[in-house]
Amino acid sequence: MAEKKEYKVIGTRPIRHDGVDKVTGRAIYGGDFQITGLLHGRVLRSPHAHARIVSIDTSRAEAHPGVKGVVTAQDLPTAADKMADLGEGAVNLKYLCDNILASDKALYKGHAIAAVAATNPHIAEEACELIEVEYELLPPVLEVRQAMEPDAPILHDNLRTSSLGETGDKPSNVASHFQHKKGDIDKGFDEADIIIEREFVTGTVHQGYIEPHNATALYNPDGQLTVWCSTQGAFTVREQLAEILQYPISKIKVVPLEIGGGFGGKINVYVKPLAALLAKKTGKPVKVLMNRADVFEGTGPTPASYITIKMGATNDGKITAAQTSLFFEAGAYPGSPVGAGAMCVFAPYNIENAQIDGYDIVVNKPKTAPYRAPGATNAAFGTETVVDEIAEKLNIDPLEIRLMNGAKEGDRRADGPVYPRIGFIETLEAAKEHPHYGSPNGKKYHGRGIASGFWFNIGLESSVTINVNPDGTVNLVEGSTDIGGTRASIAMQAAEVLGISAESVNPTVVDTNSIGYTAVTGGSRTTYATGYAAYEAAQDVVKQMKERAAKLWDVDEDNIQFADGEFSSINGKEEQISFKDLSARLGETGGPVIGRATMNPAGAGGAFATHVVDVEVDVDTGKVEILRYTATQDAGKAIHPSYVEGQIQGGVVQGIGWALNEEYIYNDDGAMTNASFLDYRMPTCLDLPMIDAVIVEVPNPGHPYGVRGVGEVPIIPPPAAIANAIYDAVGIRMTELPMSPDRLLKAMGKI
Amino acid sequence: MARKSHVQTTINGETVEFLCEPRQSLLEVLRDELHLTGAKEGCNNGNCGACSVILDGRLVNSCLVLGAEIDGKSVETIEGLADPEKLHPIQDAFLENAALQCGICTPGFIMSAKALLDKNPNPTEHEVRYWLAGNLCRCTGYDKIVRAVLDAASAT
Repeated sequence: MAEKKEYKVIGTRPIRHDGVDKVTGRAIYGGDFQITGLLHGRVLRSPHAHARIVSIDTSRAEAHPGVKGVVTAQDLPTAADKMADLGEGAVNLKYLCDNILASDKALYKGHAIAAVAATNPHIAEEACELIEVEYELLPPVLEVRQAMEPDAPILHDNLRTSSLGETGDKPSNVASHFQHKKGDIDKGFDEADIIIEREFVTGTVHQGYIEPHNATALYNPDGQLTVWCSTQGAFTVREQLAEILQYPISKIKVVPLEIGGGFGGKINVYVKPLAALLAKKTGKPVKVLMNRADVFEGTGPTPASYITIKMGATNDGKITAAQTSLFFEAGAYPGSPVGAGAMCVFAPYNIENAQIDGYDIVVNKPKTAPYRAPGATNAAFGTETVVDEIAEKLNIDPLEIRLMNGAKEGDRRADGPVYPRIGFIETLEAAKEHPHYGSPNGKKYHGRGIASGFWFNIGLESSVTINVNPDGTVNLVEGSTDIGGTRASIAMQAAEVLGISAESVNPTVVDTNSIGYTAVTGGSRTTYATGYAAYEAAQDVVKQMKERAAKLWDVDEDNIQFADGEFSSINGKEEQISFKDLSARLGETGGPVIGRATMNPAGAGGAFATHVVDVEVDVDTGKVEILRYTATQDAGKAIHPSYVEGQIQGGVVQGIGWALNEEYIYNDDGAMTNASFLDYRMPTCLDLPMIDAVIVEVPNPGHPYGVRGVGEVPIIPPPAAIANAIYDAVGIRMTELPMSPDRLLKAMGKI
Repeated sequence: MARKSHVQTTINGETVEFLCEPRQSLLEVLRDELHLTGAKEGCNNGNCGACSVILDGRLVNSCLVLGAEIDGKSVETIEGLADPEKLHPIQDAFLENAALQCGICTPGFIMSAKALLDKNPNPTEHEVRYWLAGNLCRCTGYDKIVRAVLDAASAT
């Protein structure tokens, strides 16, 4: 159903609607919110990775001058050990509540124990230090293989392994094990002339958004709870608050302010329920802000993992079998993204025989949260490195082996789905044709690597209303918080339908009382699904305006046509009126026009990417320099190409950070030792070249303009591409992330 | 609580007076006392640059300056950059180059870029990257930010 035509607005690069507010410092982010009578909240966190909480004494804190209230897990409604449906999947309510405020055990350093509201933030911090907590220390579990040992310390006494439909009979740190099978794995390896089997380890990394978590809550005496915050999804915040506080959804209003980055990490709530509890206790509005160490130690990193990959191929390069076991850290409570990792691990290739085993394992680290294509980067690091090694052993160009085995429309993924029209081959061809791939690459200690990636993307619910203004502009109301320019990409789709300019659409992101349910800004769904809703809402406007034109000209509605921003009558006498002129006549023809649409589209199109990177390895220091980077990606249709490029460039650089520097460094006690931006080193602009983003457009048949999600897939290939480039440079296969100078020097035998 | 000090300073060309505790940072004063929330808190220890302002002509992280220290000095913040009628060329260049995604780091980058261009109106790409290395952006990969600053330099 994707239209093949020239567009007036789609594909252009207008200035984003929220741009001026954001370059002048006027945009109000969650932490910027002010309200009369505001108190400030701070959180006391566990200094221990694993400890039983024997007692908490808050009396000295409560007596501290300026303190207005202290809350602990005692202030949460008693959480039943039951499953709660939060829209994006079921969650155990006790785990959800315990992660907000520890009740019986502290399960990671940074686990919230108590929160204080005071007249200023310094007093709240002082009061946190006056809370006396008695802990009984327990040995920490910090890695999946350790967590699976028979005598490993147990995090949850009630957790039993759910494995392939059976439940274990004794406590375990392995929450679940699942399996996908396709074809006959033994037969596939029998057919192979070459089999490569490798193990991979990836570190714990953080989303690294620059804005710390924040929330301001107000309880009114009539029972209305309002929460102002930055979040990826106001409605999911409302749902989580309702479950955690056991409070009716009808009495909760969540107001999403501007959000300073999320990447998946601002879906789960942390300080929002604390602000609500403190607001209830004090009767005043309370703002709770995290500091940077809180963000690292108390919010979702993405999991460390241990991965085995075994792949077999014939001498002419056909991959006949692929097998993997994915062991993912869930953090303190079950729920790692291993399921998504399993969907993506072999997804770029059409492999007849495959077996995928996934394990979700709890460890004494913060509960993991989604991070941009969650699980897929870990998995692709393994697969794409092994594919590179197969190509090398068979003396086949690494791009050619991907072209030979690349998935196409009609191929079945190992976990079940059959691909509709996809653009993987097109990303490979774009990489092959790019001047980068053909450029010289032979200098000593220089190397080139390539890798590919897949992310499935999602649909989910979105709602949009469009109010027509008398001057021919429209106000578009939506519920998707704008993390990276989606006001523009959504507005542009409505503008295209209405035949007006992007600037003639005023998009506004509103609170949970003011728009229909809208799922999170995540899963690369916003431009796809909320954009689709904007398209449909605009079609609804057109339909209603046709009725008005028909009334005006006293003809049947079926006789009205709309094209290029003009309504016309196709029979009888010739009549024509522009969208703008008709907008001025709505009052006399029946009143205002409001277009509306709600959707839960099922046709999200999967996205593929292929990256080419050149590196230089300093063999004395182990430092890897990124010399040149080219990323090709199927966007389906780029609504605003600048912001598509921006997503690609940003994803690549997060992937580079993951590849080369970023990791949580733990001491033996289970404490993170680098919880600052100085020591958890994300890439700066001095570490990087320009990132050449090449947009490939293979329209998604599941969207009227062919949109695919673009945000997530670009983070997937970089670690493997860089590992392959390092191999090309110095002949060493790196199998552990990050490939930091010390690891590289060790691998080269220098230390 | 220690006694508050009286501070008289110039912010974006206007004389401003405020009271602050000795422990309050300039960032805290700007945001919580003066309601100039354009400077953002990303780390509060000088690692991210989101709170960058210009103090007597020198680029600083306002989280590493005490509020009481700016008595008698002059501070430029993001709020003072644009004229009522038009944006500063760096602001225009950020919009035209799509050099922001979430925008939380943007005020800091723009102030940092202004401090650079005030000193060196024609920087090379490497000079821009070196100068902006104290500002973290997690969204853009920096490509479009660097281009925006180079564009702003050639526009002025």
